[in-house]
Amino acid sequence: MLTETGNITGLEPTPEPDFEAPVKGTRTMVLNMGPQHPSTHGVLRLLLELDGETLLKAIPDIGFLHTGIEKEFEVKTYQQCVTLTDRIDYLAPLSNNLTYCLAAEKLLGLEIPEHAQWMRVMLTELTRLNSHLVWLATHAIDIGAMSVFLYCFREREEILRIFEMFSGQRMMTSYFRIGGLALPAPRGWQKRVKDFVDIFPERIDQYENLLTNNNIWIGRTKGVGYISLQDMLDLGVTGPMLRAAGLKIDARKDSPYSSYEKFDFEVPTRTENDVYARYLLRVEEMRQSHRIIRQALEGMPSGSHQADAPGVVVPDREKMKTQMESLIYHFKIVTEGFRVPEGEVYQAVESPRGEVGCYLVSDGTQKPYRVHWRGPSFGNLQCTSKLIEGTLIADVIASLGSMDFVLGDTDR
Amino acid sequence: MIPEALAQDALVSALADLATTAKFEFNELTIEIEPSKIVEAMRRLKGQLGFERLSTVTGVDRYPAEPRFEVVYHLQSVAGKKRLRLKARVTGVNPEIDSVTSVYSGADWYERETFDLMGIRFRNHPDLRRIMMPEEWDGHPLRKDYPITGTRY
Repeated sequence: MLTETGNITGLEPTPEPDFEAPVKGTRTMVLNMGPQHPSTHGVLRLLLELDGETLLKAIPDIGFLHTGIEKEFEVKTYQQCVTLTDRIDYLAPLSNNLTYCLAAEKLLGLEIPEHAQWMRVMLTELTRLNSHLVWLATHAIDIGAMSVFLYCFREREEILRIFEMFSGQRMMTSYFRIGGLALPAPRGWQKRVKDFVDIFPERIDQYENLLTNNNIWIGRTKGVGYISLQDMLDLGVTGPMLRAAGLKIDARKDSPYSSYEKFDFEVPTRTENDVYARYLLRVEEMRQSHRIIRQALEGMPSGSHQADAPGVVVPDREKMKTQMESLIYHFKIVTEGFRVPEGEVYQAVESPRGEVGCYLVSDGTQKPYRVHWRGPSFGNLQCTSKLIEGTLIADVIASLGSMDFVLGDTDR
Repeated sequence: MIPEALAQDALVSALADLATTAKFEFNELTIEIEPSKIVEAMRRLKGQLGFERLSTVTGVDRYPAEPRFEVVYHLQSVAGKKRLRLKARVTGVNPEIDSVTSVYSGADWYERETFDLMGIRFRNHPDLRRIMMPEEWDGHPLRKDYPITGTRY
């Protein structure tokens, strides 16, 4: 309390705290990292047990973003469900659209026109670039390379503009529908994509100039984040992590879908199996995706953007207004949806993060009976403990970044 | 009963003594395994038949049919470029099946998820806790008798 003269009274001197006598041997500290930590890229929570700077034990805790998407699939009609798949993984919406559409088309036995298939390939590869660019940007910023972020987001913006041109949406595109594409390709898309394709290889060189031979980058990433291939296979890891450990696994080559077999591209692999190798691998994947996009652009077959399946595909506006039958189909599809034959399928697609799988069970009605979504991030995150235990706390950030997970995809 | 057409299939015949039925639809092979023998089937698939990866484990609720639940496993052979679906049916009252974590350690989280959302217990699982829902949650959201709307179960 302040007196009139300005002196403070009524305050007792604080007694010296009783420090515990140091315990013999090591003492560990438990640190809570996340869920609101910028380097966990979403809401991953890690419980870390530390001895000094060394990590003894790590327990990942997920589920903060669980929104019951699998349950929601069961109350929407097949066509409505497409919009749910975007929201599972905000960095690879089109890969997810593709997985779901392929699964439903397998049940329906639909034949997709070549033009639509190629368009799907082109846009899915652009999605891969989009995802890898965001990965590279955020991974670099985690480790301390600020400028890479700005360069990557410049190109990502261009890709998002292309998505917007096609679908009207930058991120939640829902551009692939059961039976083909939502809309015909917009006028002038070739020029837009070509402009991007022409500049992109040079832009990859720019990122590489900033990082590949950068001493700090190499120091932070080389030899960090090793985990044996066998452990990864056991724990359900897929995608670039496995390829950086030398295993040539890629659903685009192993079980081609949407006419990927017609494209000429390599599946890059590396053997060093550390954070640096994963970086080099993803950069190489960007180059390969660029190759696919160029081929798709140059060889794009002409044709319809939707399958000829009157009961499934919404008829176009012109037909709907002139033909009675189309009007009826339109009314039926919009009000009650279409029936899908009974059965179950599993469709695996190579998303930027690994194998995304859609297990679709139909009971013959207009709504899926059960959809199980195998998000690649869920499987990949399982190896967290193995990956980071025994390393230094500073390397945890680098290792986590190299996994490239999206928490929406993990928790669904 | 395994259908005649599939009895010659290499995978089906390798698992014939553990399987109850099999089907080949939409170009995908499904083998139904007796629930008590699921671990043995997995051990054989991983050890002798080259299925290195377990992609996913999940459940399907066939309410009100009995046995009510299907536990579904998707496996992949990377070298053989094959995929396989295993299925085991468990009852609706006290649904339980052996955990396959001793064979594929990656089944850990998938089984936890199936337990959390579908309410199927996995025996001998190292750490069977809820993974998506809060620890104190009542009910299992993916069951067919769980409501879609509302805040309470």
